Amino acid sequence: MPVSTTTQGTPIWRLRTTRAQWLQYLGWLTGACLFLLCWKVISDNTMWVFVEDAGRQGSDLISRMLPPEWSYAQRLWKPMWDTLNIATLGTLLGIAMAFPVAFLAARNTTPHPLVRSAALVIIVASRSINSLIWAMLLVTILGPGVLAGIIAIALRSIGFVGKLLYEAIEEIHPTPVEAISATGAGRLQVMNYGVLPQVMPAFAGISVYRWDINIRESTVLGLVGAGGIGLQLNAAINSLAWNQVSVIFVMIFATVLVSEWISARVRHAII
Amino acid sequence: MSRQALARQGMWRRQPMIQDPKLRWGLALGALVYLLLALSTIDVNWARVAEGASRGLNFLTAFAQPDFVSRRGDIIDGILESLTMTLTSTVIGVALAIPVGLGGARNIAPWPIYYLCRSIITVSRTFQEIIIAILFVVMFGFGPLAGMITLAFATIGFMAKLLAEDIEDLDWRQVEAIRATGASWWQTMNHAIQPQVMPRLIGLSMYRLDINFRESAVIGIVGAGGIGATLNTSISRYEYDTSAAILLIIIAIVLLCEYSSSHVRRWTQ
Repeated sequence: MPVSTTTQGTPIWRLRTTRAQWLQYLGWLTGACLFLLCWKVISDNTMWVFVEDAGRQGSDLISRMLPPEWSYAQRLWKPMWDTLNIATLGTLLGIAMAFPVAFLAARNTTPHPLVRSAALVIIVASRSINSLIWAMLLVTILGPGVLAGIIAIALRSIGFVGKLLYEAIEEIHPTPVEAISATGAGRLQVMNYGVLPQVMPAFAGISVYRWDINIRESTVLGLVGAGGIGLQLNAAINSLAWNQVSVIFVMIFATVLVSEWISARVRHAII
Repeated sequence: MSRQALARQGMWRRQPMIQDPKLRWGLALGALVYLLLALSTIDVNWARVAEGASRGLNFLTAFAQPDFVSRRGDIIDGILESLTMTLTSTVIGVALAIPVGLGGARNIAPWPIYYLCRSIITVSRTFQEIIIAILFVVMFGFGPLAGMITLAFATIGFMAKLLAEDIEDLDWRQVEAIRATGASWWQTMNHAIQPQVMPRLIGLSMYRLDINFRESAVIGIVGAGGIGATLNTSISRYEYDTSAAILLIIIAIVLLCEYSSSHVRRWTQ
């Protein structure tokens, strides 16, 4: 903490030096200017006429949504089952692929630094691209349907599970690994008996967490044709049947809440 | 024979993860039944898959030679729009998430405010950005404003939840110490709570910036501005070389974001 002395000789305590104070001020100023600039770009690209009646549009939307057409829920069980399947099977496929990638990406288990960078590239590419984009691509390749959704979810999960898992692997205790290798165990045996038991709880926790996120993501995959309840949502929105849309929203809300609760319980039990 | 006796004879097996054998086999059986049921409901049109296989191959080869040039104007506009949406929505979202986060922390908020803030958080976290984007596009019209509001709304849920959890975990002695000096509510917030949560708040904001950029790439599909519309068009026109270029740009920007955010986090902690 810098101290300056007044002419009377009494010290004045300050939080920052003058230089740091100025730098901070400049930083805030640049940030604010950047924000205003961005805001201007957005404002230029906006039709403000449409924004002015947003309140009216919003209340109109709500009045069309209420009351929800509850009988429509009967037709939603099959899509909901598809959604759950997309999320669950996608997660399973994703963690099956993420598991080896994580071991290749962790600094202490990778066979070669080059392999490690390749694995990291896979993880980053998978993490950067949203599952909806994967779904769009896969729908043009595989055709619309549940399969495209499952693979999209799996491809997106590799990055998430892989990243968290390789971080967990890098944080393991080296002593059990040393003990196992001291018995003359081979490379795979060291992995199996030294590394794996240490990361298993983290792996299970991460997988359940990702499953919970995937349930949420799989509800919208249908918007681009990849199966699940999103297909119904898309159809309802396109036909402006807002009272059906609200039923779908309620279903999604309930499913996500339940899956979040299950995931929290399971993670609590494991860790 | 018990495990110990077997182990003494040199027949060691590791402990199973679930101790109770009935539960273990029950879970395995349940999982198997579910898998069979789930797999049986997937119907794959193999003819269509075979037809699409050549497109899949095209897409993979497109990554080897991405085409940045022929749609350069659209790509630059889209990326710039995505970046502006990302920045403004993160700033606005974080600013709004701070009061909601304070209200959602059980140890400093009274019951009614706690429930209100928690329900805001739940609603914002449950629905995917793209669903919210559809509603906001209907309300505010096509364009980046709807996208910005969507991302800001999603940011509120994410940041407020983590901030509230952080506040619930903080070191309560510092709050007591500040309160003992007769500090008002604002002073307590400013001197006891804010310094404890600030480093994490900055780290999370950087992380959210990164997420918002990734999300801004998809909400364009429903007309909420950003690179998503360009990407969607290029995919549906099978111009995979342009899509590959856009995806590579997205990956590069996300990498850059991640790299700089890890620096910022190291600097704040």
